[in-house]
Amino acid sequence: MEPIISVDNLVKRYKTSETNAVDGVSFTVAPGEFFALLGPNGAGKTTTISVLTTTLLPTSGDVRIGGRDVVSEAAAVRSQMGIIFQKPSLDLNLSAEENVRFHAVLYGLYPFRPTYSTMPQSYRDRVGELANVLGIEDEIFNKVKTFSGGMKRKLEIVRGLIHHPRVLFLDEPTTGLDPSSRRDLWQYLTVVRQTMGTTVFLTTHYLEEAEQADTVCVVNKGKVVALGTPAELTKTMVREWITVDAEDRSMLRAELTRHGFAFEGEGPFILSLDGRSAHATIRAIETPLTTIEVHKPSIEDAYLAIVEQERSKDEAA
Amino acid sequence: MNIGPVVTIAFRDLLKFIRDPVRIASTLIFPLIFVAVLGGSLERNLGSDAGYNFLAFTFTGVFAQTLFQSAALGVVSLIEDRENDFSQEIFVAPISRYAIVFGKILGETSVALCQGVALILMGFVLAVPMGVSQALALIPVALICCLFGGAFGILLLSNISSQRSAQQLFPFIFLPQFFLAGVFSPIKELPWYLEILSRISPLRYAVDLVRSVFYIDSPDKEKVVLTGFASNMLIISIAFTVAMIAGTWLFVRAERNR
Repeated sequence: MEPIISVDNLVKRYKTSETNAVDGVSFTVAPGEFFALLGPNGAGKTTTISVLTTTLLPTSGDVRIGGRDVVSEAAAVRSQMGIIFQKPSLDLNLSAEENVRFHAVLYGLYPFRPTYSTMPQSYRDRVGELANVLGIEDEIFNKVKTFSGGMKRKLEIVRGLIHHPRVLFLDEPTTGLDPSSRRDLWQYLTVVRQTMGTTVFLTTHYLEEAEQADTVCVVNKGKVVALGTPAELTKTMVREWITVDAEDRSMLRAELTRHGFAFEGEGPFILSLDGRSAHATIRAIETPLTTIEVHKPSIEDAYLAIVEQERSKDEAA
Repeated sequence: MNIGPVVTIAFRDLLKFIRDPVRIASTLIFPLIFVAVLGGSLERNLGSDAGYNFLAFTFTGVFAQTLFQSAALGVVSLIEDRENDFSQEIFVAPISRYAIVFGKILGETSVALCQGVALILMGFVLAVPMGVSQALALIPVALICCLFGGAFGILLLSNISSQRSAQQLFPFIFLPQFFLAGVFSPIKELPWYLEILSRISPLRYAVDLVRSVFYIDSPDKEKVVLTGFASNMLIISIAFTVAMIAGTWLFVRAERNR
């Protein structure tokens, strides 16, 4: 299947800089995929997303969205994507409906009319549906500044989807939201992905949000340092371990040694699984255990390991 | 180029202005101070010596300056806007960069024109000697001042990379023009070096255009107006065309090439 996003050897050097902000980045994203771009501050995430969303010209490399070149076919690329910016992109003194209307006209969905009542019936029906989705039937004509943070974000997403984009770019979309608004937003996005098949391209520093991604790409100093599924990254980067303890620690230690299990500590004991399953390891132990904790590595562990590994490499160099 | 996005961008600017009472009030504060305080005191102390009414002189100067500067700064705000509120959407929408420029100029012109109407009403309240026909004649001239200011703004915009450099540059660009354009000080007679600087100040022609219309049937015309309506219009038309073409071209070229 042809990728919806293809980035081939992307390089961006700002005019005022002597180093590359993005330095030979390559990856592809399949249609319908959930792709997460991670990296520390200054890694090149924002520069990459700016080039992908056509607001910045690359220095070199080939970047295509839906087969269209972001440099020479920028307008065609823009019509295929929706963007949720890091900073809020709503006019707070305008109503929710006005924010939606201006977006719809800019994307060529409807002709410009100065008021809601003079807009075509099809538009008014659509706004009714959107208000229903958001549960703001009574507030759609209220100024956006009266909305909660979570509701504003949701309105931006609903607005960003009104022109049925093939790709939805989300640049740290949950920054500043409380945990319940974040969970609510992700539930909504999951429904959007399932029902519309929209490709989602995410940058975030809440690493648990990347846990659900199909592919995670970690960038550091403008280069891709890890690319794969969350499971692949955690498997290659983070060892799995379990913690066990027993009342008779000397008996447990002797048994662990007899089995040839690598372990650390004087009790509780931390056992590296080294490819074995946690279940098989625990079954092999006959000493009565008082503590069993299975450590399941997360994408956050993998990310921290990757970043740490890169830092060590830099220090060594 | 599709007209829908141009009108949408312009309408949004106007709507945002109308919905913001604090901004409306703040745009009228400076003209009010200049006309009422400066114009009033100059009239009382120097009016009889000058031989014409200083309140009207200051009012017409401040009227042109406010509209020109408001439209210019409004257009320049595009630099900062690209990272704020709905403006971010404008830069990623599938519309031409020219639509953004024209929409912004049209929008800021509409905003400045609203200020112009408010300034005329303020002029009546401050007892500026002005007939109804003079007031009405100011409206089309106000439109020209706003468009001229917008074009000047786009020329500035294309040469400024950040809001910070814009803020550092503005005192050097706008403040001298207050005096070189004769906003509230007469410039009928100037030393040769100031005369040169005055003649290259775009605001001079906006101010003089307003006065050439305001004083058209007035006996003070000879003492106040510098060049006359036709000459001012010709110079403004040429400068407007050059600024629009060069500014738009440079802005569109530089916009994504950072």
